[in-house]
Order: sequence, then structure tokens, then C-alpha cells
Amino acid sequence: MATWQEMVNSRANTLLKGIKDFVVETGELSYFAGRFFKETLKPPFEFKELLRQCYQMGNRSLVLVGVTGFIIGLVLTLQSRPTLIEFGAVSWMPNMVGISIVREIGPVITALICAGRIASGIGAELGSMRVTEQIDAMEVSGTNPFKYLVVTRILATTLMLPLLVVFGDIIALYGSALVENLKGDVSFQLYFNTVFDALSYGDLIPATIKSFFFGFVIGLVGCYKGYYCKKGTAGVGVAANTAVVTASLLLFVVDFIAVFVSDIFYEL
Amino acid sequence: MNYNMEKDDNITQAQKAASMETIETKKLVINIKDLRKSFGDNHVLNGFNLKLHEGENLVVMGKSGSGKSVMIKCLVGLMQADSGYIEVMGQEVNTLDQDHLDALRADIGFLFQGSALYDSMTVRENLEFPMRRHKEKLGNVVDTEPLVLEALENVGLGHTMDLMPAELSGGMKRRVALARTLILKPKVILYDEPTSGLDPITAKEIIELMRTIQRKYNTSSLIITHDVDCARVISERMILLVDGINYAEGTFAQLSASTDPKVEAFFKK
Ligand SMILES: Nc1ncnc2c1ncn2[C@@H]1O[C@H](COP(=O)(O)OP(=O)(O)OP(=O)(O)O)[C@@H](O)[C@H]1O
Ligand SMILES: [Mg+2]
Repeated sequence: MATWQEMVNSRANTLLKGIKDFVVETGELSYFAGRFFKETLKPPFEFKELLRQCYQMGNRSLVLVGVTGFIIGLVLTLQSRPTLIEFGAVSWMPNMVGISIVREIGPVITALICAGRIASGIGAELGSMRVTEQIDAMEVSGTNPFKYLVVTRILATTLMLPLLVVFGDIIALYGSALVENLKGDVSFQLYFNTVFDALSYGDLIPATIKSFFFGFVIGLVGCYKGYYCKKGTAGVGVAANTAVVTASLLLFVVDFIAVFVSDIFYEL
Repeated sequence: MNYNMEKDDNITQAQKAASMETIETKKLVINIKDLRKSFGDNHVLNGFNLKLHEGENLVVMGKSGSGKSVMIKCLVGLMQADSGYIEVMGQEVNTLDQDHLDALRADIGFLFQGSALYDSMTVRENLEFPMRRHKEKLGNVVDTEPLVLEALENVGLGHTMDLMPAELSGGMKRRVALARTLILKPKVILYDEPTSGLDPITAKEIIELMRTIQRKYNTSSLIITHDVDCARVISERMILLVDGINYAEGTFAQLSASTDPKVEAFFKK
């Protein structure tokens, strides 16, 4: 039988270890990010591989982002209709849906989907390359694996995510417009005109900047987890899994900071 | 506490002196002195020494987990040793900057334990990969196809050019990996367990290939293995890695006749 002191002690130890792991991981991730910036600026550049990665990331997530966006737009509109009708404000639907999708829901949902799809994919791919010594083989054959594998992937996610977000936003707005068209007799043209009137640069610019950071986080975490994957096939699973979890968590942290910062700009 | 093999009676002293002399006068390709490497409390290498001469086939044997892979990874700078001196073809590996290290690595072929083929690339792309940064070494060739084909034909797999590694058997993968290792015409080749995980017949084929290649291109080879048959066929000299040091050195005949229990353990059937 463990006494209560022992129990408290062991709990405290687990907590301490958790905090320590968190601090160490944050440090390592920052170092990894620093290395990314340093190596990005140094020639030779791997343009061909970058293009290939961009194509693959877009290709892999386009359908998923489209379907999810469509459903989100549909559901959001269907569920807000009764409330807006009650207040006699149903004509505000395009404004409300447009702003909430462009400013928040579009970027966050797209980023979460990409965290699940891309970050885990990168984690597993680089992880298995690490475990099977492919990364070592690259290094001895004179190609810098950090440049070839990591830099290209992080750049690709950073560049592609904003595009995916724009694509997701548009499909979501179509979903919403479809509901309004069927249930409320609003033409697509009127719907989109209202949405674009409602949106200002103050909505679009922060959302776009935020999306770049989301893309960066997804690439960074996926690559970090895969590149430092533990030996053994179990390590690959862990890398893929923790990549998704860490990336998703970090996305919300970044989102919080982004909203906070753009709020400050508004007040100025 | 190096186990000394001087008093071996299989070979006459005169013969031995002659063979030692030819080896001693040959140029050193690899020279490792007092190599040490630990992972936390796990002291893997505790002062390992090794000399590889030009044109020589040197086999390093050791139990699983004795640090053989760690040793050759330190040798090409994939891992940083804690201390010790490592010289490859007259250059001290630890003091080289990235460019010189890359240039040196182009002269070293490395066959990885698990083949390490890039599984997102075709066989052709796998073989072209080492050439992308070393075009000048091959005389700035534009068309790499003949080189790839030659390398693949050397290992008898000319027809697999456009297959993916996943479509190859284990033995074929090992051969493609060998072709990739040879594509830059290295002067010294490091083999990390070239026959592990292969059936005896395929293993024999790989060993035969290694010998053919060595004759054709006159390379020096450092072969890591725990396969006694492989060691018997290919070794000119052997080093046994036990407890992190070069525990015993000599020819296969000398070592297999040894009565030291730690040496005997390697050769017992
Ligand atoms: N990156 C690493 N981190 C921590 N320990 C390591 C690392 N690489 C190797 N080791 C440890 O070093 C020791 C030697 O490993 P090594 O891979 O060199 O063995 P080996 O002699 O090649 O064995 P095998 O014949 O099974 O390939 C092992 O105990 C291993 O646990
Ligand atoms: Mg090994």
C-alpha cells in the first residue's frame, strides 16, 4: 500500500517530468525552426523538390478541404437560420457567415485538416526515412537532407496552406449560398455581392497572414517529429501521431496570438 | 589487453614477415586511433583502433550491439565520436568543413545495413541521386543513363531501372544499394553487414559481387559482418570488436585457430 505521501510524490514527479519535457521540446522545436531559416537562405536551393512537394500537398488535401468546407458552410447556414429568422435578421446571413468563415472558421478548419493529413504524412515519411537510414544515406551522398527534405516541406506547407484556405473559404461560401438559394430564394449573385460588400481588408489580411503561420506550424512540427524519429518501426507511428497532436495544439496557440495581435491593430 | 596473434604456427615466420611488409609499405586509407563513443551510460567504443591499407579487404566482426555500425558512422562523420583520431585518405574527418567532407564522402562508398534505398524514388532515381552533387567528379556528364545502366549491369539488374524499391526482393534491394554505392566510383567502400537478412545462396552471390567489384575497380574495403562464411571468403585480415576495443587481429586462419574463449565464440558453429 502506497501512503498518501508517496502518491503525492509520484504525482508531483510526473507533473515535473511533464513540464520538463514540454520545456525541452519547445526549446528543440525553436532550434529546429532557427535551423530552417538559416538553411533556407543558404544555396544551393532545391527548387524542383519544392515544386514537387507543393504539388503533392495541394493534391493530397484539395478534395478533403473542399468537402469539409462545403459541409461547414451548409451546416453553419442551416443552423443559424432559425435564430436569425426569429430576430428578423435573416438578410444578414451572408454577412455573418462570410465574416465568420473568412476570419476564423475557414483558416482553422483547413489547418486542422491539413494537420491531420499533411503533418502526419510528413511525420511518417521522414520518420521511416530516418529509421531505415535513408536520411543518413542522403547525407553521405553529398545532399544536405535538412535542405532537401525539411526546408522544401516546410516551405511547401507555408506557401500552400493560404491557397488551400482560400479554396476552402470559397467552397464553404458556396455551401452557404446553396442553402440560402434553396430555402430563402436568395440568388447566388446577390449572396456573393453581399458577402464581398461585408468583407473588408481588415478581415482578409489578418486571415491570410494567419494562414501562412498555420502552414509553417504544420510543416515544422511534421518535419521535426519525423526528422528526430526514434529508432524502430514503433517510432514511426509515434512520430506520425505526435505530429498531429502537437501541430493541432500549436495551431490554436498561434490562432490565439494572431487574434490577439490583430485586435490590437484594430484599436489603433 | 590486445590479444596477440604473433605466435601462430600455421604460417612460417618468414612468410609472415613478407606479408606484413607488403601491407606495411602500402598507403593507409583509413586510420582510426583510440576511438571512444558513449550514449549516456552505455559505453559502446572504448579506444578502438583500426588501420585499412590500400587495396585491402578488412573484415570487422563483433556481436550484435557491439558498436560496429556506430564505428563506421563515426568514420564518415554521420555520428560525432566523443574522442579519438579518425583519418580517411589523409584527411582528418572531424576537422573538415561541410564542403570538404562532402568531397571526401564522394570517395567513400557506404552500403547501409538495411540497403536504405529511397522508397519514394525509382531505381533509376536512386542511382542518380548521388550524382546530383558530384557532377564534376564524373566529368560533368549530361546524360547519366549509361552510368546508371553500367552500375546496374555490374550487379546484374539492368532490367529493374524503372521499378520502385518496394517491387524488389530483399536480395535485389541489396544489389541496387550496392550499385548506388558504386556509382561515384569510390576508392574505399564500407559495407555494413552486406549479407544480413539474406538467405545463404543470395548472401554468397552478394559476396561474389563484392569480390568482382573489388577486382574490377581495385577498391579498398572495410566489411562489417557477423557472418563467419562471409568473413572466410572475403577477408585478408580481420579485427574482432569486443568490449569496445579491437580485441584481436589477424588472418581468418589465425583467428579461427585461436584458443582465447572470447575469440573462439565467434567461430563456434
Ligand atoms: N543513436 C543512438 N542513440 C543511442 N544509442 C545508440 C544509438 N546508436 C547506437 N546506439 C547503441 O550503441 C550500441 C551499438 O550499436 P550498433 O548499431 O553500432 O551495433 P552493431 O554492432 O552495428 O550491431 P548489429 O550487428 O546488430 O548491427 C547499441 O547498444 C545501441 O543501443
Ligand atoms: Mg549494425
